[in-house]
Amino acid sequence: MDPILLSRWQFALTTIYHFFFVPLTLGLVWFVAIAETIYVRTGQQLYKQMARFWGKLFLINFAMGVVTGIVQEFQFGMNWSTYSRYVGDIFGAPLAIEGLLAFFLESTFLGIWIFGWDRLSKGLHAATIWLVALGSNLSALFILLANGFMQHPVGYRINPASGRAELVDFGALVTNPRGWLLFLHTIPAGLATAAFFVLGISAYHLVRRQQLEFFKKSFQIAAIIGLIGSVAVGVAGHFQGIYLLEVQPMAAAASEAHWETVYPAPFKVVALFDLTGKREIWSLQIPYALNWLYLPKDVGAIPGINQIQAEYVARYGPGDYVPLVALDFWMFRIMVGAGLLMIALAAYALYLPLSKWPERWTRGLRWMGWAIALPYIANTSGWILTETGRQPWIVHGLLRTEEALSPTLGAGTVLFSLIGFALVYAALMAADVYLLVRYARAGLAAAEQEAVDPALPVARAQR
Amino acid sequence: MSTELLQTLWFVLIALLWIGFFFLEGFDFGVGMLLPFLGKRDEERRAFINTIGPHWDGNEVWLIVAGGATFAAFPDWYATLFSGFYPALFLLLLGLIVRGAAFEFRSKDAHPRWRSLWDWCIFAGSLLPALLLGVAFANLVRGVPIDADKNYTGNLLTLLNFYGLLGGVATVALFLLHGANFLSLKLAGDLHGRTRRLARRLWPVAFALVTILMVATCFLTDLYSRLGLASGVIPLSAVVALLLAGSFLGRGREGWAFAMAGLAIILILVTFFVTLFPRVMISSTNPDYSLTIYNASSSPYTLRVMSLVALILVPIVLAYQFWSYRIFRQRIKADPRSLTY
Repeated sequence: MDPILLSRWQFALTTIYHFFFVPLTLGLVWFVAIAETIYVRTGQQLYKQMARFWGKLFLINFAMGVVTGIVQEFQFGMNWSTYSRYVGDIFGAPLAIEGLLAFFLESTFLGIWIFGWDRLSKGLHAATIWLVALGSNLSALFILLANGFMQHPVGYRINPASGRAELVDFGALVTNPRGWLLFLHTIPAGLATAAFFVLGISAYHLVRRQQLEFFKKSFQIAAIIGLIGSVAVGVAGHFQGIYLLEVQPMAAAASEAHWETVYPAPFKVVALFDLTGKREIWSLQIPYALNWLYLPKDVGAIPGINQIQAEYVARYGPGDYVPLVALDFWMFRIMVGAGLLMIALAAYALYLPLSKWPERWTRGLRWMGWAIALPYIANTSGWILTETGRQPWIVHGLLRTEEALSPTLGAGTVLFSLIGFALVYAALMAADVYLLVRYARAGLAAAEQEAVDPALPVARAQR
Repeated sequence: MSTELLQTLWFVLIALLWIGFFFLEGFDFGVGMLLPFLGKRDEERRAFINTIGPHWDGNEVWLIVAGGATFAAFPDWYATLFSGFYPALFLLLLGLIVRGAAFEFRSKDAHPRWRSLWDWCIFAGSLLPALLLGVAFANLVRGVPIDADKNYTGNLLTLLNFYGLLGGVATVALFLLHGANFLSLKLAGDLHGRTRRLARRLWPVAFALVTILMVATCFLTDLYSRLGLASGVIPLSAVVALLLAGSFLGRGREGWAFAMAGLAIILILVTFFVTLFPRVMISSTNPDYSLTIYNASSSPYTLRVMSLVALILVPIVLAYQFWSYRIFRQRIKADPRSLTY
């Protein structure tokens, strides 16, 4: 086995797993903060219950995001030490700032929030959850600026003496449009994830006619945030796509399986590829439509994979600069498909309360529980597209993934750790989902007591 | 500021982050290791967890930031250390992951088997990182095989030498004492007396191991040959601080006992970092291959930017972390109504 391949699988596993929890953290924290603030301003108990119930589910999810995040901080040095030496001068900075600015903030104030209900004034207690929200979202910003540098390196020069990349313009690093577009895409994605989470769980209880007032209210708030969030994700994604064409044309072309530079280019709705994943067998095309996707901008002739490959060979030397086209093509379609479905469902959820209760409601609500999966599918496929679309580069145009590995690392060691992470992560995922489902189903009573008593059947624990 | 000054500043800052981590997470780990043994009933175990409940996550961030700061200021140190100590760090990560999840999960289901499972996860997730960090730090000052390309050429077994293992065991013993001291400060009623007695029983073990570790540091590292007799002052004061901790324990002055054992932790780490300076990883293959703050650091520009960031943020972080300890300064009883975790 190849330590590079194993290390890539390990990075994929740990990162996808980490990002399974992060979007819900990023979005749900705003729900909790808004609910608690309304409670402080109006004194209505309903909103305190809302902060506590959704806050409980937030906490079960949050812990997993934190502990899997430590792996993210360490594995650049563990598996990718050549990368770390080469770009550490630049890449280390946003990581360190993320820790100092964001991790301390969110972890300290979350500790105070969990334990401080009776120790702080109401206003101060609500302020702590706002600081948690600020901390977690700042954390997203800085890690995405770090990733933005890998996608589109800026503000650096290659030091001829040391042969490594060094930072020359911190301002450029933290204003990198690639990183900011990722951030503007990720934040509404988090809101949409949280919204569908709240919609799904609320629907579960509404269908069963339980705690109607509470879950109707939650449902309505979530429908608004869900619609805004999923539309904003799409808009941000659109502008990200336009910028991607400019700075990473290969990734853009791969996501559309666009081989030859032509104007105007056809859009491929679906396509089949051979086993290499880099050759197309068949596709269903709409003529001219690829150029329409970039509207309102007229991007002209869109460079094709074959032309970019030839250009990169001329610029960087011989090699295969084509990412796994089949994977990126389909990830893009899965992401966008899930996103469009989310917009439709959120709009429907917004319209539902206008229709007649309860006959119309309960029929439409049955779908909502399953829709919780949609943002998770979109989030995951989006990241797979972003990270594999950049290949064979680890830092676009500067360093190839195959050159970035720790030179001392044996395949056996990585295989061992890969299996170890996989087993532990699978066990924790099972426990986490078990708890989330249990608390979500148990409803409000569970938020006020720590543990759902296993001796009680679920139906009785709800009251 | 000159480049050398910036490099020294970042060495000191990273040392401070590690010291902060060992002091704070030290009692966290201690509480975690004592949990399944000391808590007889479930409410008692929950009371133990609640003493560190609001803080453990924030304490752990000190480690993450130490890692991040090392990456930013000394990329070669980060790259060599993390790739070289791969198996140890993998186990450390598993420990921390399981431990963090266990804190959040354990009280969310009342089934005794469920709770006992996570309590043992907290135990293992506290013991393993404490042991591994001690082994790693001792090996850092002892020196490890590093080649001319700054790559570690040993394996996991290379780290398991006498001095490394001594470092690991002494760290575990000291954290147990630190944890027991912390518990006796934070708990009320019956639990308070029980943890105080336990601290007294743990003290001789910790004292003996730390004394051996400090003596060994003078003989098995190049501390003495580089700095002469004056170098003995810091390890000696670590031993004295721990001696004082024992004396305060005997007289029931638990606040002072906690402070003195904490001071011993700080002084042991100061000993380590003084031995290292200005090196960050000592090569046992050839002293010339050692990584130093000069040949492992980031560019002066990055160091300047990061210094400015740290100068602004560190005081703010210290202020609100201090505030969080003040909010939760009251003692905790094993009363189900007042427990959160």
